[in-house]
Amino acid sequence: MTGGGPLLEAADLNVWIEGSHILQGVTFTMPERGVTSLLGRNGVGKTTTVKALLGLVPRTGRVVFDGADITAEPTHAIVTRGIGYVPEERGIFSALTVAENLRIAERRPGPHRYDLIHELFPELDRRRAQPAGTLSGGQQQMLAIGRALLNDNRLLIVDEPTKGLAPRIVREVADAVARAAEEVPVLLVEQNLSLVRRVAGDAVVLDAGRVVHTGPAPALLDDADRVRELLGVARAAPAPAADTKGRSTA
Amino acid sequence: MSTVVLLIVTGLGLGALYFLIASGLSLIFGLMDVLNFAHGAFLAIGAYGTWWAAGFLPGAGPDGPGFLLALTFGVAAGTLAATLVELCVIRPLYGRHREQILATVGLSLAVPALLQAIWGADPLTFPKPRAVRGTVDLLGAHIPKDRVLLILVAVALFTALWLFNSRTRYGLIVRAGVQDRAMVTALGIDVRRSFTLVFAIGGAAAALAGALGGLYYGVVTPTQGMSLLIFAFIVVVIGGTTSLTGCAIASVTVALVQQFANYYTVAGLGDIAVVIVLAVVLLTRQGGLAAKKSAERVA
Repeated sequence: MTGGGPLLEAADLNVWIEGSHILQGVTFTMPERGVTSLLGRNGVGKTTTVKALLGLVPRTGRVVFDGADITAEPTHAIVTRGIGYVPEERGIFSALTVAENLRIAERRPGPHRYDLIHELFPELDRRRAQPAGTLSGGQQQMLAIGRALLNDNRLLIVDEPTKGLAPRIVREVADAVARAAEEVPVLLVEQNLSLVRRVAGDAVVLDAGRVVHTGPAPALLDDADRVRELLGVARAAPAPAADTKGRSTA
Repeated sequence: MSTVVLLIVTGLGLGALYFLIASGLSLIFGLMDVLNFAHGAFLAIGAYGTWWAAGFLPGAGPDGPGFLLALTFGVAAGTLAATLVELCVIRPLYGRHREQILATVGLSLAVPALLQAIWGADPLTFPKPRAVRGTVDLLGAHIPKDRVLLILVAVALFTALWLFNSRTRYGLIVRAGVQDRAMVTALGIDVRRSFTLVFAIGGAAAALAGALGGLYYGVVTPTQGMSLLIFAFIVVVIGGTTSLTGCAIASVTVALVQQFANYYTVAGLGDIAVVIVLAVVLLTRQGGLAAKKSAERVA
């Protein structure tokens, strides 16, 4: 713990991919509680920012996590500091079973939070012997989120968890993200603004590889002109209603 | 009938030899994306290490427990060489495929040249323990005992690799890494350790193949590894680059085709027949025999 300082700090991140300057000095901080949402139009560098934080792409700049400079560390060392990662493409190992997909994510020593995973996604327990490649898209997303929740992490990074999912599954995934956020800070890349409105306390908006806005998420989403200007949508989604379980829905 | 039985069993023996080499190649290519042309060098080191130990290592010898010690020495030498190659040559070149190929091709030429410089180019008689001399009778055919030994060792290696892949954490990492290495890293796993382990396992299997190849051919030569490696690569392509089962099936297929074609047509036509099988598989099942069984890959 950093005692009130930011949990995550990105300073002047630059990424070049095949000659294109994708990130152009991305700088932001993330508090040690709640959900920080990384927003922006398609192709502005949100996923690249996440990969740069984790060292999955070559970058310059500086990344500080939990008070430690992790810039020079390899990805596996960064992650073992306490980061759970759900990539945009889910990163499920299709030839492995559901149980094996979870087991490979176990970090020593535990504890491993199978109880939480099975509470959120009981279907994963029922399908534990099934090859993950035969799961539906929604089930694969549940598995990816479950895998990130398995260890006692200090931060979850979740990249577009509701992308391409059916509305019913979006609700389940949104519930899971909200539930996870009760226990661990989340950096959420998301285009579904109703989910952002439901869970996010802070927002960082990217445009053309640069940070163009930081501030409270609700204030941003309530400002229709700023939403249109920064995100290119006519208006932010309304606040979600509560479902029958007493949780709100996306 | 006895001829067919003999051809089948000797074919299985040759297939076993191919499997010992190709299984390591397949593991290394599947997980690490490395076309390891130096694999034949590990085979040669295993063969020469066993030959040298049988003659000169205190306690070792050409027969009985002494030969087992010599074999252990040869396999250990091949394993050590593979580990050093991974750490010193391959690791700095990950993701740089052209340089990897140049480096491993260089090693595949340098090691036989070194062996030739030390022990000459002439074939060296390989020791044959009494237990594997002579033949056993099977359905009227006189089967050389060394072929039976090769088959038993290959079955044992297949079982050991299957258990490694399906029952150990490293096996789990290898199976996942074959599909998505970056994601394995993003789970907090240092995949480089698995690379070194896989390279060492591949080197050990190749060195074992070198020693058993000495029994099979009765001699060792500096270039034995290179000629066997060509067929091992064909096996990997036919079997699929990530399937142990496919690798085993392809090893047997290639060897049987070779044996039968050589016997029933013109000697030497077996190699051409193997190339025809390779072409048919590539044209009809891209990705090899195991291409459509993704859920069973490396299992």
